[in-house]
Amino acid sequence: MKMLKSFAMMTAVATAVSTLALAAQAETKIGMITTLSGGGAGLGVDVRDGFMLAIEAAGRDDIEVVIEDDQRKPESAVQIADRMIQSEKVDIMTGIIWSNLAMAVVPAATAQDVFYLSPNAGPSVLAGKRCHKNYFNVAWQNDNLHEAAGAYANDAGLKNSFILAPNYPAGKDALTGYKRMYGGELAGEIYTKLGQTDYAAEIAQIRASGADSVYFFLPGGMGISFLKQYADSGVDLPIVGPAFSFDQGILQAVGAAALGIKNTSQWNKDLDNAANIAFVADFQAKYGRLPSLYASQGFDTANLILSALDKTDVSDQDAFRSALEAADFDSVRGDFKFGPNHHPVQNIYVREVIQEGDVFTNKIIATGLTNHADAYAPECKM
Amino acid sequence: MSLILILEQILNGLQFGVMLFLMAAGLTLVFGVMGLINLAHGALYMVGAFAAAAVAGLTGSFVLALIASLAAAAAAGALVEVTVIRRLYDRDHLDQVLATFALILIFSEGTRWIFGSFPLFLDVPDYLSGPVTLPGGIKYPLYRLAIIVIGLVVGAGLFWLIARTRIGIQIRAGEADREMIAALGVDISKLYTLVFALGAALAGLAGALVGAIQSVQVGMGEPVLILAFVVIVIGGIGSIKGALVGALLVGLTDTLGGIFLPRLFTLMMEPAQAASLGASLASMLIYILMAAVLLVRPSGLFGGSA
Repeated sequence: MKMLKSFAMMTAVATAVSTLALAAQAETKIGMITTLSGGGAGLGVDVRDGFMLAIEAAGRDDIEVVIEDDQRKPESAVQIADRMIQSEKVDIMTGIIWSNLAMAVVPAATAQDVFYLSPNAGPSVLAGKRCHKNYFNVAWQNDNLHEAAGAYANDAGLKNSFILAPNYPAGKDALTGYKRMYGGELAGEIYTKLGQTDYAAEIAQIRASGADSVYFFLPGGMGISFLKQYADSGVDLPIVGPAFSFDQGILQAVGAAALGIKNTSQWNKDLDNAANIAFVADFQAKYGRLPSLYASQGFDTANLILSALDKTDVSDQDAFRSALEAADFDSVRGDFKFGPNHHPVQNIYVREVIQEGDVFTNKIIATGLTNHADAYAPECKM
Repeated sequence: MSLILILEQILNGLQFGVMLFLMAAGLTLVFGVMGLINLAHGALYMVGAFAAAAVAGLTGSFVLALIASLAAAAAAGALVEVTVIRRLYDRDHLDQVLATFALILIFSEGTRWIFGSFPLFLDVPDYLSGPVTLPGGIKYPLYRLAIIVIGLVVGAGLFWLIARTRIGIQIRAGEADREMIAALGVDISKLYTLVFALGAALAGLAGALVGAIQSVQVGMGEPVLILAFVVIVIGGIGSIKGALVGALLVGLTDTLGGIFLPRLFTLMMEPAQAASLGASLASMLIYILMAAVLLVRPSGLFGGSA
């Protein structure tokens, strides 16, 4: 284990050195702020690794990527962003995982003529009222995966869902998204504490509620805790969730408790297109693990930037923006295009958690929503 | 709301309280005996959980995993006491907070360096998994019952240790008057290391027990640490009895408040708003409890007149 780690460290150092070497002749500077330490580090590491896989594969010596850790703290994200924009003079920024951090950084960055491409966070405000010509979201608007889950619940004939999410903006977006599509009754609606790790009280309420299904949005460690405790409680109602609690990074920690659960995602490793097959193989070869949806989002973000840089230089802002809008790259999701508010219009799939040998992973079982756009686009006046 | 649901929630509150007790016991001993604020106590909880996950992954045995968590956390605690903490006893609390905060960062990044950024797998063993039916028709997870039992047994053992053994007498004497006990010929630095390792082992055990039903990840100790501080402030700093009563109070208040407050608000406003407001208020409840206790008894329920 230790050997492996120090090897990884050496490669990291080597990469850093080669980035430095490139710096002298770099023409395009990309600043990545993401979460690389603390509780949510798995997500940021995946976005970074996916992003760098594409950048390194392009082999261009005129791109420099500066990577900084925000520790999941809005104040440090803002500080790093100021430094990147003002003293490092980055042209493009990307990387932020959490919506509250994105809200703190993105409006200021785009107002200073920096392009921001979000590889994950998609708060509703930035898709609607406060959309910006220099802001692009390459992942999804926050509500999207939840909307697909609501639609799936209708298809599956679920009529009495118990729904829960953490008590913070993205949690509220999540339940709003689910309810937008879901047509049945609600057996209960609970907001849990952000970062809560014990769900015994909520599970007891689910047991007593007479629900026919459970929908939850609990990203990262919260979801691991909930799923293990749910499996152990003997409540055996079907669960539906967004991909965030069933991504490749955490499935191994949940184990068999997640088997068979339906979840919604815009990407999966078994999507059958050439770009995706190559991406999954290359990612696994380089990092020794399967990619998650976060890695796929980082990879797509980098490829979108590269496709625009192939056409024009970032200093010609209008031309570069048009090149981004064209989204002329091979997305690992297959078809990909932007709506008028620079958010994806894309298919969202229903996946099921399966076991392949020792590894827990997902397979696509249906298409939940086809060419789905977010609900906030009409509010965007660009 | 049925009686069964209420009883189940009371059990949940008890189980949460017992877990908090395991954390708070070590914290209150260290503070009481050595006068040290140890923010790194949560890091020892994490060490226990990671050691358990690693050993369970290698051997498949949950019992061995628990033993490993005790041993690893105690060893880490003893090492930290000898190398770092020992230099802090005579310093003021700000220095202690700074140094132990640095230890949190060192432990977190060290753990990440060894185990990586992704959560580890640690599961309930087969013989403790699934629900059992209690008298009255309550279905309750066997593992949570086991946690309650283990916690109470450890608590009883701790009381016996403090009240009945020679070491316990030395610990209590150390709390009462540090200089005098040193003058009486007790090896005070050995005693300190022992108390610190004991507290660390309890935190490690709590981490391993909880890790099986939650996620084993870097940074898992800090939220629990804050609650453990609330517990020892409510219970009275340095008092094991206070830690037990405080832990059960906090566990029950937090669990029951989280359920009943949103329901109470539903009577007055629409459900979505009630759920959100009730949840917000419920998460403040234990701090309100702490403030109320401190108003009536400024040194905590079982605190001395410090």
